[in-house]
Amino acid sequence: MARFDPIPLRNEHDVVAARKLVRDVSSGLRFSLVDQTKLVTATSELARNTVVHGGGGSMLCEVDKRDGRDCVRLTFEDSGPGIADMQLAMKDGWTSGSGLGMGLPGTKRLVNEFHIESTPGKGTRVVIARWK
Amino acid sequence: MDRIPILRMGDCLLVTIQVDMHDRLALALQDDLTHKIHASGAKGVLIDISGLEIVDSFMGRMIANISAMASVLDARTILVGMRPAVAITLVELGLELPGIQTALDIERGMALLRARVGKVARADG
Repeated sequence: MARFDPIPLRNEHDVVAARKLVRDVSSGLRFSLVDQTKLVTATSELARNTVVHGGGGSMLCEVDKRDGRDCVRLTFEDSGPGIADMQLAMKDGWTSGSGLGMGLPGTKRLVNEFHIESTPGKGTRVVIARWK
Repeated sequence: MDRIPILRMGDCLLVTIQVDMHDRLALALQDDLTHKIHASGAKGVLIDISGLEIVDSFMGRMIANISAMASVLDARTILVGMRPAVAITLVELGLELPGIQTALDIERGMALLRARVGKVARADG
């Protein structure tokens, strides 16, 4: 298993850096162009959430095997206000105001695995994985 | 701060996005373009995203905003050059950019824009 140093997510430049890291890692593993694009897009959505809604945090990128297939797992963590109503946040079309309401449910469709846990007042942690 | 250049071609404006945009850059483009449409009286805007490796919901919103603002200022927007992998991802994300006119490449986009802008000009004249 390979693990990269967690990268900080404090501003929009860090979001670009997160996209670049995930692009480099997934293209290095020879993910198809569509799979790379889906994973990088999911990264962009979640990294932005961490910055905008979570007040900043970090992204951890790990490379692993899943049933013999190369797998990229990403963990986004923040210690922001958290998500009060998870059911609402995961509903298609719902937006807190800064996007098109595609954020979380849309992102979930772009990856093979999606876990989210959030405690109001403590923060949010999202883990996603995509494999070949 | 960085800016994405906006070129003028006759009564159309051409924007080619060639860098991985951070959010403030996208917002600056939205502002710049709106002002430039107003200042130049442009009737059409062509946005070339062939250099973009991804379009996420924020960029999608920026594109939709530009198109809406241009429309209010009496200009039409055409989005060109979307990569196939980006199109697949956008639809899966749930972002189908309704109401946004697209063309495969700059040449077709420009022809489409010219035809529309020309028609409007003739109707006006």
